[in-house]
Amino acid sequence: MKFGEIETNLLKTIANLDGVPKGAVNIRIDGSPALRHSSPNIQIIPKQDKPGFDLTVAPGTKGETVHVPVILTKSGLKDLVYNTFIIGEHAEVTIIAGCGIHNSSHMNSQHDGIHEFILHPYSKLKYVEKHYGEGSGEGKRILNPTTTVQVAEGALIEMEMVQIAGVDDAVRTTTVHIQEKGYVKMVERLLTHGDQHAESHVEMYIEGQGGTGQVLSRSVAKENSTQVFKAALIGRAECTGHVECDAIIMDQSKIKAIPQLVAEDTNAVLTHEAAIGKIAGEQLIKLMSLGLTEQQAIDTIIEGFLR
Amino acid sequence: MLRLENLTMVVGDNHGENREIIRGINAEFVAGKVYGITGPNGGGKTSLAKLIMGIYMPSQGHIYLQDQDITALSISERAQLGIAYAFQQPPRFKGLTVKDLINIARPGIDNLHLRSTLRDVGLCPEDYLDRDVGPGLSGGEMKRIEIAQTLAREAVVSIMDEPEAGVDLWTIQKLIAVIVGRYKRKPDLVTIIITHNENMLHICDEVLVLEDGMVVHRGTPEEIWPHIKDEIECKMKEMCSGEMAYEIR
Repeated sequence: MKFGEIETNLLKTIANLDGVPKGAVNIRIDGSPALRHSSPNIQIIPKQDKPGFDLTVAPGTKGETVHVPVILTKSGLKDLVYNTFIIGEHAEVTIIAGCGIHNSSHMNSQHDGIHEFILHPYSKLKYVEKHYGEGSGEGKRILNPTTTVQVAEGALIEMEMVQIAGVDDAVRTTTVHIQEKGYVKMVERLLTHGDQHAESHVEMYIEGQGGTGQVLSRSVAKENSTQVFKAALIGRAECTGHVECDAIIMDQSKIKAIPQLVAEDTNAVLTHEAAIGKIAGEQLIKLMSLGLTEQQAIDTIIEGFLR
Repeated sequence: MLRLENLTMVVGDNHGENREIIRGINAEFVAGKVYGITGPNGGGKTSLAKLIMGIYMPSQGHIYLQDQDITALSISERAQLGIAYAFQQPPRFKGLTVKDLINIARPGIDNLHLRSTLRDVGLCPEDYLDRDVGPGLSGGEMKRIEIAQTLAREAVVSIMDEPEAGVDLWTIQKLIAVIVGRYKRKPDLVTIIITHNENMLHICDEVLVLEDGMVVHRGTPEEIWPHIKDEIECKMKEMCSGEMAYEIR
C-alpha cells in the first residue's frame, strides 16, 4: 500500500510511521478504512452497525504495538468513528493513535472519534494519541475526541494525549472508571496559537479500593488562543488521586483551569495543583546569558515544558 | 581584557527617589588573573556582575571587552562574545534537563567533557544528566548545576556569583580546586568570583572590596585581608553553623 505525500507526512507526524508497520494496524483516511491488518493476538473487526472497529487483544499478549491513526485530507468532511478497544487479562500492549488533518480549503474538516477502552483485570495499556493540523485554507481543522475508559481490577493504563499544532477547535471529553487497585495516568500536552480554541473535560471516578488516578496537564497558549481545562476526580473508595494543571500563558491568550476534587469516601486522598503564568523573566535571562536570543529562549522553554 | 569606565547605576527606591547602587566604578580585569569581589551585603557585587552580563544597563559609563564597547549590547550578544555568568540564585525549568542546559551552554559538547564537567562540581553524571532542572532539585544541587554550565562554556570572562552559597564545605573545597585547575594562570581568561568565603578569596590574584556601590579597597588577598577579616569570619561562622546543623539533622 502506497500513500501520497500529504498522507505520508501526516502519518509520520502523528504516529511516527515511515511505512506500513508490522503487526496489527488500522489506518483510516478520509472517512474510510485504507489499511487494516490483524495479528494472531490482536483482532481488528469492523463494526456492523456504525463506522469504526472493535479491537480485541487476546489475554496474555505481551509487547505488541498497534497503530490506529486517522487522516483527513478532504475539505468539508465530517468524519465520525466509533472504536472499541478490549484488552484481555494480563495483556500488555501499546496503542498508537492520532489524527492528522490537512485542510487547504475554505470548508471545515472535522473528525470526531468516539473511543471506548475496556481493560480486563491486570492488563496494561500504553495509549499515545497525537492531534495535528496543517494546510493553508481558511477552513477550520476540528477534532472532538470522546473517550471512555473502564479499568478493571489491577489493570493499568497510561494515556498520553498531545495536540501539537494546527488544530483550530478541539473539545476533548474523557471519562474514566477505575476499579480495585486499578491505575490510570493521563498526561495531556497542548499548544494553541492564533485564534484556536481547545477544551478538555476529564471525569475520573475511582471506585475500587486501592485505585489510583492521575491527570497531568501541561499547556501553552499563544497569541489569541483560548483553553479550558476541567478535571474532576471523584473518589468513591479508599483511593488516591491527583490532578495537576500547569500552563504558560502568552500574548493575548486566555486559559481557564478548573481542577475539582470530590471525595465520597473518608479514605479517599485527593490532591490538586494548578498554576498558570507567563514565562518567568529570570528564565529568559538565564537562557540568554547562555547565548540564546530571546526568541530562542522562549522556544526552548516551551519545547521543554511540553516535552 | 575587561574594562569598566565610570560605571554607574541609578535605581528608584520605594519613596520615589533615585539611589546610586553602583557609583562610578573604574576597574580593569586583565587576562590570566582570577579576581575576587567581596564586601558587605547590598554593597553592589551582584549588581556589578549583572551590569557586566547585560542583565542591568548602566545609567552612566562604559564596559569594554577586548577594547570593544559592549555597553549597549544585549545579554545574548555579550554571551556570544564570551561572557559567562553563574547566577547566585539560578532559576528552575520544568521539562529542561541538566543535559539540555549544559548543551545550550556549550553547543556540541562531547559526552566525555559533559560528564567530567558534572563530576567537577561533585555531581554523578549517571544520576543527574537526565534530571529536570526543576523543583525536584535542592538549592545546593541547582547551584552546582549552574556552576557546571559556566565551566562548560569556557568563556573568555567567567563570573561566578557566590559559588559557595548553599554548597556543602566538601564541595566548596572541590570547587576551589577546579577553579584553580581551570582558570588560574590561563593567559586568555578572566575569572571573577563574588564570594564571602576566605578560602575562595585566597585563590584570587586580586580582590576588590565593594561597599555602597564603590570599590573601597583593591589588592592581593593578603593586602585586603585586614579590611575584610571581621566580615568574612562572621560569614564563615554562619556557614559553618549551618553545615553543623545539617550534619546533626
